[in-house]
This record gives sequence, structure tokens and C-alpha cells, in this order.
Amino acid sequence: MCGATEGGLSLDGVNTKIEAIVQGQVTKSGEPVSTGYVRLLDRTGEFTAEVPVSATGHFRFFAGDGEWTLRTLVPGADPVDRKVEAATGSIAEVDIAV
Amino acid sequence: MSRENSLVTATWVEENLDNPKVVLIEVDEDTTAYDKGHIKGAIKLDWTTDLQDQVRRDFVNKAQFEALLSERGVANDDTVVLYGGNNNWFAAYAYWYFKLYGHQDVKLLDGGRKKWELDSRELVNDLPERAATTYTAQEQDTSIRAFRDETVAAIGVQNLVDVRSPDEYAGRLLAPAHLPQEQAQRAGHVPTSINVPWSKAANDDGTFKSDEELREIYGEAGLDDSKDTIALCRIGERSSHTWFVLKEILGHQNVKNYDGSWTEYGSLVGVPIALGDEPGEA
Repeated sequence: MCGATEGGLSLDGVNTKIEAIVQGQVTKSGEPVSTGYVRLLDRTGEFTAEVPVSATGHFRFFAGDGEWTLRTLVPGADPVDRKVEAATGSIAEVDIAV
Repeated sequence: MSRENSLVTATWVEENLDNPKVVLIEVDEDTTAYDKGHIKGAIKLDWTTDLQDQVRRDFVNKAQFEALLSERGVANDDTVVLYGGNNNWFAAYAYWYFKLYGHQDVKLLDGGRKKWELDSRELVNDLPERAATTYTAQEQDTSIRAFRDETVAAIGVQNLVDVRSPDEYAGRLLAPAHLPQEQAQRAGHVPTSINVPWSKAANDDGTFKSDEELREIYGEAGLDDSKDTIALCRIGERSSHTWFVLKEILGHQNVKNYDGSWTEYGSLVGVPIALGDEPGEA
């Protein structure tokens, strides 16, 4: 799928033209994190969604247009916040090192 | 009910891993999570196949629920401890479901799978064997289940607590943001419903906040505890989490979960819908 993370989560069956996708990979010391969570917070900081990372550290959200914050929860690491701008019809790639 | 009667800690679960009268059951939104490792001795319930009728949109009936628990080796006098991912969303849904069919002794593992993982506690791949039982369920307790007509009738009368994220409540999103947004129903919320996202009741590690914090959250949001309450979300699982908080932890009377929730209400012809961040008028 064009624009998807190489080796990341499949977008088969998803109409990417109508979605504002935010996705990426969480790493620790250069290696993908296989146990952990990523939260999506809205522009006011309110929790919107949370996903467990995949075995390869990947995550994906279907957000709306605008600014969001990603927050990691990984065993043995402090949470890391990353701001991201999402837009319908595009995929925002965010790689996060914790 | 109270926190002490309805929640157990991870330490309590570890101390009871070999107790044959304690049945651990994992219920996840991601129905493959169990297969990647689970708490020792835990069995799995799949909310999409085990707990839902496969033709109509409804739950399995009493006889099907009895057959399911009998086959999985759950007895009427067992202590059922539910846990799952996503801050116990679907475990809370299963908890409500067990209560709906009258199971007496059911509890949630505080923090669920997430806290267990964040604590780096042991997960195993071995599948437990439990001897079949003869489980007897009760008729559905509809004092805890709301249907669409009573939800419409509750507008401006009862507490309606919409526990979705603010963007879903306002109509800017149609589904939680980890799911694709393409949906058939209209966006928005039931007029006069207040928005208290389920997540406000949980700490980052998935455990429930203290009774004092919870009372403050719902009090500040305008929940009138002299009135009956209906909780709703998109498909009834996040609202099970809030139903659990209001009914089982805080001990409110007459709290129902509307499992039809927004995917039903937002598809009804002719019902009122409010858009934006305010509750709107009756």
C-alpha cells in the first residue's frame, strides 16, 4: 500500500482517501518495542484512543483533521509525547524512540 | 457493591493462580491477544463469536450462555475474574454480561492486561484444561440493560452519560480513533447527554481512580445521583466500563448500560441528535 510503513501494519480494506491516518513505530535503544501502548490525545490533551503496539512496534490511528498528541507507555521507559498533524487522505508517519 | 467486592489486584490474582474455584477469563477487543500469551490458567472468551448472536444483533440467549460456560468449565459457584486489554473495556463488558445472566461472584482484575504487562508479570502460552460443568444462568436482569426506547424517553429526564471521546460526542469522529471512521450512522450525541469519557475514570496504567476522584469527576460533570442513569458509547463496551464505575465501585442505584449505543441510536429514523460540544436541549 502506497504510503504505508514498510513492514508495518496492513492497510488492506481501508479507504485511505477518507481517513486521517497517524501511524509509526516505537523503538527503544534502536530496537522495535514489542510490548507497550500508544495513546492518542486530542488538541485539549484529552484521551481519545489507545492501541497496543504490534510485535514489530507499529501502531496506527484513524484520527480527524488537526493536531494530536501521541503518548507512549512502555515497560521500563518514561512516557514520550509527540505532536502530530493529521489530515484526511494522508498518512502521518511518526517514529518514536523511548 | 463496592470496590472491595468487584475488583481484585494483580497481586491477589498471582496468589490465586492455582485456586481451582477461581476462573480467570481474558476478553479482549483484539481477540488474538490471548493467543500471544495470557495469565497462567486463564481461559478465553471471544466477544465477537462467544458473546454475540451470529445472525441477529443481540447477545447469545440464556441457553447458549449456559452451554458456553458449561463447555468452558465455569461453575455457578466459581469466582470469575475477568481481565483484558484496552483498559479492561471488553472485560468490563463481559463483567456486565455475567451480571446480566446472574453470575454471583464476578470480579475485574484492576488494570487488566495492560497493568499486568507494564508490571512485566508472567504471561504463558499453555492452554488450561477445565472439566465441563453444568452451568445454569438466570433470566436476563434488564434492570441493568437499557434499550433504545427507554434511551429516547430518558432525554431531559434521566442522566444520560455518553462516555465516548469528546470528538465522537461532538460529531467530529464517528468511531474511536483506533478504528476506521467509515460508518453508516449519523454523527453526534443524544440531546441532554453529558460527555464524561470513560478514560477519565482510569489511571494511565488502566487501574481505576480512587472513589474520591471518581465522585468528583462525575459530580463536576453534572451527574445527578438522585436520578436514574443510562450509560452509552458506540457499541456498549466502553459504557460497560463506566457502568462498572457508577454501579459497582460507587454503588449508584439504577444504572443501565445501553448496548445498542451510538451504532443503533445514530441509525434510528426521526430521533433527535445534538451536534457540538454542548449537551443540547430536550
